[in-house]
Amino acid sequence: MLQEESDISLIIAQIVQKLKGSNLYAQLERQAWGSWEKRILKSLNSMCTELSIPLARKRPVGEQKELLNKWNEMGTDEPDLSLFRPVYAPKDFLEVLINLRNPNYENGDSLSFRTHLGLIQVPLKVKDIPELKECFVELGLNTGQLGIDDSTQVPPELFENEHVRIGQKVLAEQDSAAAQQYIRQGSPTALRAELWALILNISSQPEDILYYEQLKTNVIQHDLLVDSLIYKDVKLTASNDDYYFVFEDYLYQVLLCFSRDTSVLNHFAYNSASPPKSYIRGKLGLEEYAVFYPPNGVIPFHGFSMYVAPLCFLYHEPSKLYQIFREMYVRFFFRLHSISSHPSGIVSLCLLFETLLQTYLPQLFYHLREIGAQPLRISFKWMVRAFSGYLATDQLLLLWDRILGYNSLEILAVLAAAVFAFRAVNLMEVTSLAAAEAVLADLSTLKVMPLLQIFLFATVT
Amino acid sequence: MAGKVKWVTDIEKSVLINNFEKRGWVQVTENEDWNFYWMSVQTIRNVFSVETGYRLSDDQIVNHFPNHYELTRKDLMVKNIKRYRKELEKEGSPLAEKDENGKYLYLDFVPVTYMLPADYNLFVEEFRKSPSSTWIMKPCGKAQGKGIFLINKLSQIKKWSRDSKTSSFVSQSTKEAYVISLYINNPLLIGGRKFDLRLYVLVSTYRPLRCYMYKLGFCRFCTVKYTPSTSELDNMFVHLTNVAIQKHGEDYNHIHGGKWTVSNLRLYLESTRGREVTSKLFDEIHWIIVQSLKAVAPVMNNDKHCFECYGYDIIIDDKLKPWLIEVNASPSLTSSTANDRILKYNLINDTLNIAVPNGEIPDCKWNKSPPKEVLGNYEILYDEELAQGDGADRELRSRSGQSLGPKAGRSRDSGRTVLTTWK
Repeated sequence: MLQEESDISLIIAQIVQKLKGSNLYAQLERQAWGSWEKRILKSLNSMCTELSIPLARKRPVGEQKELLNKWNEMGTDEPDLSLFRPVYAPKDFLEVLINLRNPNYENGDSLSFRTHLGLIQVPLKVKDIPELKECFVELGLNTGQLGIDDSTQVPPELFENEHVRIGQKVLAEQDSAAAQQYIRQGSPTALRAELWALILNISSQPEDILYYEQLKTNVIQHDLLVDSLIYKDVKLTASNDDYYFVFEDYLYQVLLCFSRDTSVLNHFAYNSASPPKSYIRGKLGLEEYAVFYPPNGVIPFHGFSMYVAPLCFLYHEPSKLYQIFREMYVRFFFRLHSISSHPSGIVSLCLLFETLLQTYLPQLFYHLREIGAQPLRISFKWMVRAFSGYLATDQLLLLWDRILGYNSLEILAVLAAAVFAFRAVNLMEVTSLAAAEAVLADLSTLKVMPLLQIFLFATVT
Repeated sequence: MAGKVKWVTDIEKSVLINNFEKRGWVQVTENEDWNFYWMSVQTIRNVFSVETGYRLSDDQIVNHFPNHYELTRKDLMVKNIKRYRKELEKEGSPLAEKDENGKYLYLDFVPVTYMLPADYNLFVEEFRKSPSSTWIMKPCGKAQGKGIFLINKLSQIKKWSRDSKTSSFVSQSTKEAYVISLYINNPLLIGGRKFDLRLYVLVSTYRPLRCYMYKLGFCRFCTVKYTPSTSELDNMFVHLTNVAIQKHGEDYNHIHGGKWTVSNLRLYLESTRGREVTSKLFDEIHWIIVQSLKAVAPVMNNDKHCFECYGYDIIIDDKLKPWLIEVNASPSLTSSTANDRILKYNLINDTLNIAVPNGEIPDCKWNKSPPKEVLGNYEILYDEELAQGDGADRELRSRSGQSLGPKAGRSRDSGRTVLTTWK
């Protein structure tokens, strides 16, 4: 039944695209994604061959029992991961995006685009500041915000108390649309977990818990090569993070199950990518023997576990944490590492970032370009990870509030530009890429909302 | 012309020495004329001892109170708190109110504790009431988790029995004295791990009591998953949070050192448990610190040459009740990570700013009321003079430690503070 549904969704998606007249881009995307996907799979397969480890195998009963016992503390397991490498890192992906070119693009069309001096060469439409101001109107100077108006100098009676009261009301009425509107001004810490669940339409029904348990059983019974990649990623990133190291074990519990969750395949219907396929041994090329690998169609890259980590501050029940993460992934995060023309897709975000910088901070942009420090090379990793691991957790959660509220990732590009604007004075003085990286290495003290507000609403355009 | 402050220390730690040097202070030896001596606890014993001690002059300050051990020795701390509670009960103070089970409502913040061998029989009686409980044995005079072990059977502590013929302890020597406390076997777990809180509290005077809480405390996590299972009672990596122990574990990480800031803890608790219970928890933590200081204030030698920065160890149980485990007179100044070094450097810096105003040659007759601007990351926890001067109608509560920011924390107090006026 799953196949039928996804077939139909695919057809609808294609029709919609045709209607949008972006067929051209669709072709482009498919070509680009196709070759990238081939590369990733090749990398995975070669690792598999080099290490003589199968992509998947059934665990012997003894091993199953052991894993079940250790389910809550997989972090203490120390398999030898030295030979595993992440399949790709954000910077590899950036190279692919930089090389995207539309072969059918005619020069005459938009002169202005020819003067785009950034790394992205795909002429997608992105918003300018006036349009962004309209779009993010609730972030304006005259509207109360959490992240600004709950600071020490502001008496709580002015905004915070009332805002909390409204939030409680929204929750009591279980109004998802109202919650989404409300959260544009930020969520009170105590209400955030429930608000996100409401907006994402997650309610922990018995069948959801059962589904998670089934995934867990799947993990116990079968070992996937991808599991080692997940372990390695967690050990390299979250385990060393000041905020998230505590939740290491939860990350395994979520990500191992995630990689086996075939319902995630559904998102490929609206994702112009397609899930990587592999073939049963000896049946290469024969479609009847093709399987999606990993089962959820998502190959984790370096830093992938950081999508889950911040959620551990909100949810401590594994199946709920799982559901929230999965929904966040299929709604938002997947766009950050697949090629598409969607306004929230990573290509558009990169272009938006570069355009904002080039248009509103031209001196800075030109200077950085001159010294071989194209800004996108620095900000790309922030956006791909939705800033997880770069900002302090409370700030990150305020940012993700707005992603949910506006149902868009564009705010990531705006924030990236705002960070550059904030550190512009120091950046103007650097003379190398390395020095520029150093100026922007530590974002942990930044306050997200004031930065966004100033950049959008208080900069002369 | 004001001379430079002359300092001495017998603790060779860079976080101290860098702070002295950045103030342009001059290092001298203890035999010379000094103004500021950062001493180890052994040295303070000598300075104030009857035989070898000497009088301090008005321009000399030291970093310990003469009989700090009333608070910092595990057995004396418990003794003083018990005494304090009894006194309050006798005067009919509402603070000493008990519930229907005879437990103090507001002053039950130290786990049931007995001294061994002195209270051995009392302990046995208590033990037999709940024979499946676990108890923790701690030597009175040691630190850093040394000599601590857990027991769940009487036979494991036979040698502390006073009647025991096999007992080989040397009578009444303080070196052999232990305290035994009911082990909190339902600690609050985060990520399945046990942790405790280390908070720094500066006391500039005991009478009137004036104390400051450092906003940047931290949580110390065990590297191994917590289990109350009896088979793991001997595994100190599960049970003891002391960094001195944890750092020898296989999984010890030198980047974060298994530590969380208190603001992370606050964010996590508010997000998963709600704001009211979190605020209540932090208020209770401040309360128990102040009560512990009030308990020892009457017996403390409130020498005007002294100030002291304590390391409070607190455990939170899964009902979000905080327990005072112990108070350290010499909190470790060793840094296990880069963040740690910065924190301790700033701690000493802010401490010196309060204890030695303007970094000038001290005059111990000053009123010990530093202006608000020099507090740095400290905030006033309790100021007895201010509290008494305010009258009974000010019911405003101090909400310290509420910072939501990252490591460098921010106080919510500059716009809204007011002291707690517990009376």
